[in-house]
Amino acid sequence: MAASRTDEPILEVRGLVEHFPLTKGILFKKQVGAVRAVDGIDMKLYKGETLGLVGESGCGKSTTARLLMRLDKPTAGQILFHGEDIAQLSGKALKAVRRNIQIVLQDPYSSLNPRMTVGDIIAEPFQIHKDVAPKGSRRKMVQDLLEVVGLNPEHIHRYPHQFSGGQRQRIGIARGLALRPEIIVCDEPVSALDVSVQAQVINLFEKLQKEFGLSYVFIAHDLSVVRHICSRVSVMYLGKIVETGDEEQIYERPTHPYTQALLSAVPVPDPTLRGHRDQIMLEGDVPSPANPPSGCRFRTRCWKVQDICAVDEPELIVHEGLDHPSACHFADIRRVIETHVVG
Amino acid sequence: MSHTETNTNPVPGIPVDDVRAGEDPNALVLDVENLHVEFRTRDGVAKAVNGVSFDLRPGETLAILGESGSGKSVTAQAIMGILDTPPGYVTQGSVRFRGTELLTLPEKARRRYRGEKISMIFQDALSSLNPVYSVGFQIGEMFRVHRGASRGDAKKKAIELMDRVHIPAAHDRVNDFPHQFSGGMRQRIMIAIALALDPEIIIADEPTTALDVTVQAQVMQLLADLQVESKMGLILITHDLGVVADVADKIAVMYAGSLIENAPALDLYGSPAHPYTERLLAAIPRVDLKGQELYTIKGIPPNLTHIPTGCAFHPRCPYAQRPICVEQVPSLHDVSEGRRSACHFWKETLDGSIKNR
Repeated sequence: MAASRTDEPILEVRGLVEHFPLTKGILFKKQVGAVRAVDGIDMKLYKGETLGLVGESGCGKSTTARLLMRLDKPTAGQILFHGEDIAQLSGKALKAVRRNIQIVLQDPYSSLNPRMTVGDIIAEPFQIHKDVAPKGSRRKMVQDLLEVVGLNPEHIHRYPHQFSGGQRQRIGIARGLALRPEIIVCDEPVSALDVSVQAQVINLFEKLQKEFGLSYVFIAHDLSVVRHICSRVSVMYLGKIVETGDEEQIYERPTHPYTQALLSAVPVPDPTLRGHRDQIMLEGDVPSPANPPSGCRFRTRCWKVQDICAVDEPELIVHEGLDHPSACHFADIRRVIETHVVG
Repeated sequence: MSHTETNTNPVPGIPVDDVRAGEDPNALVLDVENLHVEFRTRDGVAKAVNGVSFDLRPGETLAILGESGSGKSVTAQAIMGILDTPPGYVTQGSVRFRGTELLTLPEKARRRYRGEKISMIFQDALSSLNPVYSVGFQIGEMFRVHRGASRGDAKKKAIELMDRVHIPAAHDRVNDFPHQFSGGMRQRIMIAIALALDPEIIIADEPTTALDVTVQAQVMQLLADLQVESKMGLILITHDLGVVADVADKIAVMYAGSLIENAPALDLYGSPAHPYTERLLAAIPRVDLKGQELYTIKGIPPNLTHIPTGCAFHPRCPYAQRPICVEQVPSLHDVSEGRRSACHFWKETLDGSIKNR
């Protein structure tokens, strides 16, 4: 899926931070702390590629998606779209940028307005960005979009409840495509779907990428899906990226203990591997992002923990002898899954 | 009332063999035969379960695999006797627990089985636990209601159980409320409640679907350990082919309310005997495969008020043949020992020759 990579990323994120204030008191609100949802992340997205962002619930994946869309304003940091910082934009300039970055949301049931017809839902972006489609041509464009995502163009007057989950997700994708964006942020787009329908939607994403040269930021907790669709992957834990690399580096040569544990916990649909897999059982739960552990944030669940981990926060750097960045003082390759090449 | 009863009844720590002495260890604990459930709604009758049969032995893990709307949860509710009636009705079939027919038992007698012999773990622990009672109170309820234990005794038992499901600092947390626990811990509390009276069967309905993978691994490991400890039968209801592969001894695949394939785990994954199973396995991405092509199953699962004629899967089946698949409902053919498939072309599916047609 890695298309030809030009040198300039179309989207670059530098030191992105989002803190949600925790306040106390009703009349005289004072800030008593902050939920550090995203705490300084960097990433680059190139044209035509799919960047996976994986992690468990509460790690800041969806907040990142909202920041990339500029639905929220970041506390600090830069979001460079074609070299222009959009982190502090507002008004007209922001509206113009948004045309090029669209989102597909997780839940196809709550992300479509039940009182609007499918035609109105997909055409709504045209009402905001009027120059994209002249009024007379909108109906035709909506029907084309329905066809592109594999729905019947005659269903333009139907309501969302008349469609199944998979079909609704296609409607959401058509809406995302309407403005011909360069980037689509996909926030868990297949996790609410049944297994037999999930493959249809994954294949649709791949088809659309080839057809329109789209770049995806693909946010998911399902590592199998991410491996299938992404060319590069970043692993997040408590608001930080702990390891980043291309698909092969992350899945075949993971170096951060968290990545290794996460990979080893993914169940593989093959009973012959039962008992032969390298399973790392993590203890406990993810700590609260309002009060993250000092030093390395993963240290409370890590089996490699030493004194230094509580004091020194490890940087996301390429360690000696390794080929991709990992934020661990003791980064070392551990193959947790036996990869087979098929097809 | 039942001070003596409390002593003789299974409590955590007492080996189960003592309690269940005299029973044939390999006899079936649960035998479900030709179960039919329908929901009578304003839009018509939804046939949610259409003739499902399976059995379970002590210590065995049976996975019921299916997509949403396949009838897997309704099957579990019918076994437990917690079906909402109306609109749901069991119209046919039998559910026998160690030979006793449960479906015809009066409600009062049936309560003796629910929780004590068969208990259930639900998917969403947050909505299944009562937010206004402490978790200790809710775990202890099992002992107070079924065993007539006092509040103090019940709380002691609750602490023991919380220890047994590895909730840290159980003694301090017994008075906490459900919202004070994380998702994984709440699911452990659900397991503790299900485990309280040392049942012979636990039905787990999507126990890890709402959890993250690392926590899912912890909970599945816990269930496996507990099962070895007490030789319970486990019915695992799920849509996740990965989880099933890790734990199930045998698998029942459901589609549109019918059982379409029934097989030992290794056989099912190695050589599926029903096109639905075969297609499903080809449709899921695997973390250990690179360059995998995903095969899709066209269409969507059918509406249960309008189940297709003949084989319910025929509109989506790439191998369907007219007229047989459209007109004749396939019966469950015996494929081999302990293995059955409801496909007219099970032989061809099994040896793979169906793909070449």
